[in-house]
Amino acid sequence: MPYLRGSLVTKRHWIDDKEFVEMLSISQSLPGLNATNMAILVGEKLRGALGSVAAIIGICLPGAVIMYVVGIFYRSHGDHVWVTAALKGVAAAAVGLILSTVVGLSKKSLADKFDFVFMALTVIAVNRLHQSVPRTLVAVGLLAILFHRPRKARKESVGP
Amino acid sequence: MNQIPALVRVFAYLSLLTVGGGMAAFPEMKILTVEVHKWLTFPQLIHLYSVGQMAPGPNMMMIVPIGAWAGGVLGAIVVALAFFGPTAVLTFIVGRLWNKLEKWPWRRSIQQGLAPVSIGLLLAGCFTMAKGAIFGLETATIAVVVLLLLLNYKINPALLILVGAVIGVLSFTP
Repeated sequence: MPYLRGSLVTKRHWIDDKEFVEMLSISQSLPGLNATNMAILVGEKLRGALGSVAAIIGICLPGAVIMYVVGIFYRSHGDHVWVTAALKGVAAAAVGLILSTVVGLSKKSLADKFDFVFMALTVIAVNRLHQSVPRTLVAVGLLAILFHRPRKARKESVGP
Repeated sequence: MNQIPALVRVFAYLSLLTVGGGMAAFPEMKILTVEVHKWLTFPQLIHLYSVGQMAPGPNMMMIVPIGAWAGGVLGAIVVALAFFGPTAVLTFIVGRLWNKLEKWPWRRSIQQGLAPVSIGLLLAGCFTMAKGAIFGLETATIAVVVLLLLLNYKINPALLILVGAVIGVLSFTP
């Protein structure tokens, strides 16, 4: 993300800082990966639908080709002792990486202590109760959205 | 047997679950690709996901090899379209509407409410993966050290994954 911000905002001046934050918050609330959602939104802003198509192809193609080749290699050499040993280390490191993302996001976007309750409910529903992700998403999501429902500021003027 | 229709169904469905990140879909991905369709094994899924963290672009390009193994080049293309297409269209439409909804008070509620759930889904995906990836002292240490390093220093995560590979070779080769 810092890299994305650097090239979109600072280097290319395609969008400004406020737009970047706005687009990122949309990307995070919608299904889809942040990187691809950002690509869609920036592409749309610059060149409409064609811009979005170009942006998503641009952001996906290099990784897709590389992973295609990796897949072929892994299929033929994946059972080599050195490869399996390396992959055990890689997988463990990836777990650490995801956990760091969880901590980073929690620090940034969880303000209320009930937010941690919603987070825990989600984990328990998926991992312990083996509920499907969509069911959990709808149930806990609705609960959390209702909890954060808009509250009217009480500013009723009292008579004339 | 032709796996293409199943690939489209599964990955279009998984696509819609990726709220807050690809990891949110991981528990369902494990059930559908490993247990239901048997396109690959659980260790293979973990390996592809982890290696995919080093590839440029979105960190879920590991779906491409799954498609390739189940359905060849066509499978790879179909999976990529199914996984990125639906959410791309959704984001495109909502992106246009979203700015018009600036005054809508529920907009903020939706954002605030979905944040803890999406982080929870990420964590749930992480636990699912840890069940297969963390066994014994070495792997637990690698995960914890990577976590602490990333929280305290600005390091390229791909580099740490590479270091993980080296440590893996050093500790797990007989």
